[in-house]
Order: sequence, then structure tokens, then C-alpha cells
Amino acid sequence: MNNVEVKNLHFSYNEGEEILNGIDLEFDDRSTAIIGQNGAGKTTFVKLLKGLLKPTSGDVTIKGINTKETTVAGLARHIGLVFQNPNDQIFKNKVLDEVMFGPLNIGRDEGTARANSENALKMVGLEKMSGENPYDLSLSDRKLISIASILAMDTSIVIFDEPTIAQDYTGRQNIRNIIKTLRDQGKLVLTIIHDMDFVAETFERTMVFSRGKVLLDGSTREVYSHYGELESAYLEPPHVTQLCRKLGYKDTFLTVEEFVSFKRNCIHK
Amino acid sequence: MKKIIVENLKYRYPLTKELALKDISFEVDKGEFISIIGRNSAGKSTLCQALVGLVPHFYKGAYGGKVIVDGMEVGKSDISQLVSRVGIVFQNPFTQVTGSKLTVYEEIAFGLENMGIPRNEMMERIDYSLELLDIYRYKDRNPFELSGGQMQRMAIASIIAMKPEVIVLDEPTSQLDPQGSEEVFKAIQSLSKEGMTIILVEHKIEKVAKYSDRVMLLDQGELVDFDVPHKIFSMDALKDYGVEPPAFTQICRGLEIKVKETGFYPITLEEAYDLVVKADE
Repeated sequence: MNNVEVKNLHFSYNEGEEILNGIDLEFDDRSTAIIGQNGAGKTTFVKLLKGLLKPTSGDVTIKGINTKETTVAGLARHIGLVFQNPNDQIFKNKVLDEVMFGPLNIGRDEGTARANSENALKMVGLEKMSGENPYDLSLSDRKLISIASILAMDTSIVIFDEPTIAQDYTGRQNIRNIIKTLRDQGKLVLTIIHDMDFVAETFERTMVFSRGKVLLDGSTREVYSHYGELESAYLEPPHVTQLCRKLGYKDTFLTVEEFVSFKRNCIHK
Repeated sequence: MKKIIVENLKYRYPLTKELALKDISFEVDKGEFISIIGRNSAGKSTLCQALVGLVPHFYKGAYGGKVIVDGMEVGKSDISQLVSRVGIVFQNPFTQVTGSKLTVYEEIAFGLENMGIPRNEMMERIDYSLELLDIYRYKDRNPFELSGGQMQRMAIASIIAMKPEVIVLDEPTSQLDPQGSEEVFKAIQSLSKEGMTIILVEHKIEKVAKYSDRVMLLDQGELVDFDVPHKIFSMDALKDYGVEPPAFTQICRGLEIKVKETGFYPITLEEAYDLVVKADE
């Protein structure tokens, strides 16, 4: 059970300036992308899920625990959040120590923490770097370390904030595989992301945040067929979807492969 | 006169064994919009640092060959002299913020103060770059209270205000939403049309295809090719270098649709549209 419930959630940093105004959501097993303009409230929203912020009004319930009635530490074993900026997260001078910090702090014994951490580093492809100082590595590697640190905690809910920043083609493939693996393990994966092509290729469910509200929520294909709303949220559909739309197709295509095989079938007929 | 001349540039970071840049040579004209692509650790960021003098002056290490930017030989010039000719926007905007200024407005003034720009001109330049990046309304905010995207715009504005002849941008829109990155690309393009020379490192390949005059492909510290975007993105071996061509190019490759005159695949939405429609007729 992944059990994340959000009821009539309101939040503001400063009085009179509401960042989130009335969000009602339930999450299921589907891997979910959260998209929206800069400043739409996406990062604020996931900080509320993680308990780093508390609602101004309304409720966030994680596995039956209301975030208002517990501490960040109390939630940490259930929900992990990978920060947008790895430099905000990383503070140890050895990669393995950094990754082991989380599991040790939620009460895993040394052996389990080490095994989970080595496994997590393997998943992100950095198993050979475990003895390095994170700050000698590139930004893209530090981003992967910040991801491994959360994976090692083995929480049933995992949130990524912009995981593909600074990643090349291989890095993106790698992160897509990680998300799919977590999904197959029955974990709930939520991801804030601006890369629409990546969303189309990776996530089952997509929600669009706009001005502190959820504007669209549904299967990724369904969401990307709502051109007007996407435009009003200052977003654009994936590149393939744009081309197919311009060509006049009614169906929403999400990937290059989908469209190419569709066209080839047309030709063969 | 060429704006950038790089001759047989070789570079190795301290305490490492392998060259990060292996004998790189190329030239860039004034006002060109150049994108650098390649997998991670191909040498893209290192080459950027070499254009602005952080390699070798800040990072030290072993250095060979020559880099000449706007007539100045980088290896033999002071960074303090270079900053007025060539500016760099860092990959991570959080790293670029000085931490010594309390408002966005003052943050953008930082570079200009250090260059000794007269007050009136400073204010003009700051207003101009705030408007260009569309962050004028945040001018009184604390830089660290900005969102990632807003901070990235501020980082770009800080460099543009210094009016360098050459601007180097390392993934300048990584934190921006799709419309925001399109706006920033348009702003950069307008600077290039006014004669500023642009060197951009970018993974957003559709933007590279749409905006670049030429594209440089690096791999393992070597320059693989440096040519018009159509040619680079039509390379059969592109994926072997860890780069995916634009979605439009992939579609047309899958459907075997090429631009007749050149024999290259289309690279933009408009081109792909025209050719797919033609192919259907």
C-alpha cells in the first residue's frame, strides 16, 4: 500500500501569497510525473508530502500518518526525496559514506545499510566510485549519488526533483530504467520534471500543476492530448506529439518508435 | 577577424593521468551561435573553462597549445583582463551566485562593480538584462529565495550585463520549464544576431538543432566533428558518441525521408512536417 492522500491542501510561505490553493489527490501504484511551469508549486508540493513543510490548511496523509502529527524523521522511513540540487544534499567526503548516511539514520544495521548502499550505487552505475570524494566528481555524477542515497533507504515512496538535469542520453536511459525498476518493486515513484519527451517515454500517469492547482491529471497519453490546457499552463507536448498534431493526426503519439511503426504499417497497407 | 581561435589545445587536470582535451583545433567567427554536444565527460565543460581562462589559471594542470579569444591569448592573459571579453554562465546556477549580495539587482551589479562601470551605465545595463531574461519583477528578492529557474535566469542576466564579446553557457536552461527555455534560447539568439558570439553546451538536442549555426561534437576529449547541424545530426554513428539526434530526425530516419538537395535528414519540426507531408502525397 502506498497510501498518499492529499485533502484540500493549502499552503503559503508568506501570508496572502498562496502557493498551493486547494489540492485533492490520491496516488496509486502508477509511476507519476508532475509537470508545470516554474513557480507552479511543484517543489513546494513534494516538500509537503515529505513533511519538510506543513500545510497551512488541509491534510497530507502518508501511510495513514498525518504529516502534521509527526516529524520529518518519523516519515523518513516511508518517503524519500531526491533534491533538485545535489549540492544541497551531499555533505560527506566519501561517496559510500554519503549513501550509507540515510539507511543508518532510519535504523538499518551497518551490514544492511552497506549492502543497500552498494546495491544502490550499482543501480546508478557508480559502484566503482564508492571511495571517491563526491566533490571531485561531475555534476551529473553528484546527481546520481544523490539518487543512490535515497534508493539505499529503500522507502516505499520515492520522489525525484528533476532527475535528468545534466544527464546525457545514456544517463537518461539509466534513470528511466531505475524508475521502471522501482515501479516493478511496487514502490510509488513521483517525479517533478520539465523534460516532456522523457515523461512520455517513462511515466504512466501525469499531472499538470498550474498556479497552485492541479489542472490536468490522467494517463500520460490522455494528458498530452489536451493541447489547450497545456498551453494555458505554459507547457508544450513532447516533440513527436507536436509533429503528429501538426500533421493532422487525431491520435496522440508519445514516442518516435510508436509513430514510425504506425506510418510504416500505413505504407504497407 | 576570427573571434575564437583554438590551436592544438591539450589539457590535463592536476593529479590525473589522462588528457581531458586532446589536441583540439577550431575557429569561430564573430556572432556565430555554436553548440557543443557529446556524452558526459566528453570534455565539453573543460573546453568552456579553457575559453574563459579558468583552465589553466584557476584549475592549473598541464596545458599545451593556444586559445585566442577576441585577440587575447587566454593562457598568457590575466583572468581580470579576460572577463571583459568573455563571460561564462555556470552549469549549476547555485554555484554562480556570489552569496555576498542581498538582492537580485545588486547580484547583477556585482560583475559591473568589479569592472568599474560608471553608476548610470550600470543601472542601464542591469535594467536591460533583467528585462531580457524577464525577471525584472524579482529585482528586490534575495537571490537565495528564487526558484531554480529564476536563479538560472539571474545567472545569465549577470553575465549579459557585463556585455562580453563572447558568452559561454553551460546548460543554461536545465532548470527551466519548456516555455521558459524557449524564451531564454530566443534571448540568446537575439544577442548572437547583435554580434555576440555564443558558445553553448546543451543536451536539449531539439533546441541545438533549431538555434545553432554550427555544432561541435566532442568525445573522450577529442573533436569528432564541427559542422552545420544537419550534417552532425545525420551521422550514422551519432548514438555511438552518446548523443541522440532530435526526435524529428529520428522519425525521418525511421521513415527514410531525407532533404533532397543535401542528402541530410530534417532536424526541425517545420522541416520534418513539410517532408512527411510531401512523402505522403
